[in-house]
Amino acid sequence: MSETPPQMPKAYYQYLHELQSIDFVLCELTLYLDTHPEDEQALAQFTQFQKRKHNLMTQFEAAFGPLYEFGVSPISGGKWTWSQTPWPWQV
Amino acid sequence: MKAIWIYEKKLQYPVRVSKCDPKLAKMLIEQYGGADGELSAALRYLNQRYSIPDKVIGLLTDIGTEEFAHLEMIATMVYKLTKDATPEQLRAAGLADHYVNHGHALFYHDAAGNPWTATYIQAKGDPIADLYEDIAAEEKARATYQWIIDNTDDPDIVDSLRFLREREVVHSLRFREAVEILKEYNSTKKMF
Repeated sequence: MSETPPQMPKAYYQYLHELQSIDFVLCELTLYLDTHPEDEQALAQFTQFQKRKHNLMTQFEAAFGPLYEFGVSPISGGKWTWSQTPWPWQV
Repeated sequence: MKAIWIYEKKLQYPVRVSKCDPKLAKMLIEQYGGADGELSAALRYLNQRYSIPDKVIGLLTDIGTEEFAHLEMIATMVYKLTKDATPEQLRAAGLADHYVNHGHALFYHDAAGNPWTATYIQAKGDPIADLYEDIAAEEKARATYQWIIDNTDDPDIVDSLRFLREREVVHSLRFREAVEILKEYNSTKKMF
C-alpha cells in the first residue's frame, strides 16, 4: 500500500494556492491570445502576471525546492532535490 | 522557457480528498481512460497539429498541453480515493476486476473497464472536420463531468470537477473561434 504522505507546512499550501491562481490567469490568457493575438490589453495583462509568477516562483522554489527541471529551476544548496517528495498527488 | 514538454511539480488546481471512496474513483476513471477523457483529449489535439493551418497550431498545442494537467488532476483524485482501500472495499465498489489485473495501480480504461483505444480519437487532415471533432469532444467531456457531479455529494471533489467542467467550456469556445479564424482566412484567400 501507499507510503505515509509527507507532512507539508501550511505555508507550502498558501504559496501553492497563490501560484495556482496566477498560473490560471496565465493559462487563460495564453489560450485567449492564441486566438486574439492582437489584443494589446490581454498582452499587457499577460506581462504583468508573468512578473508576479516569476517573483512567487523564486520564493516558492527557495523554500520548497524546484518546480521544474531540465535546467529550468535553479539548484539550491548544491543538492539535487527535484526527485524528492512530495509529488503533486501526495499533498 | 519550455523547449520540450516539461513537467510542473504542482497541480493546475487543488484536489482535496478527505476520505477513501473507491466507488467515486470508478466513475472518475471515465475521464482518465474513457473515450472523452483527458488522455484522449491531449493525444487528439497534439496529433492534429501537423496538418492544421499555422494560425491554429498554437491553440492546439496549448490546449493539448493543458489536457495533460487535467489528466494529472484526475489521476490524483483516483489515487487518493483508492490508496487506502482494502480488497473488500474495492470489491464492494465494483473494482474487483480492476484489482486482480492492476492492484492499486491506475490504468487507462473507462468506468466500465474498456481499455483506452486510439479509435476514440480522429485525425481527418481536414482543418474544419478536425476542429468540429474537437468542439464535440469538449462538449462531451463537459457533459461527462456533469454526469459525475450529479452522482456525488463530496464537496471537495465537486469543486475540482466544476473547475474541469468549466475548462471544457473555455476550450470549446476557443475551438469555435479557431473555426471562424480559418473560415475568414479561406475567404480572403479566394478573394485576392
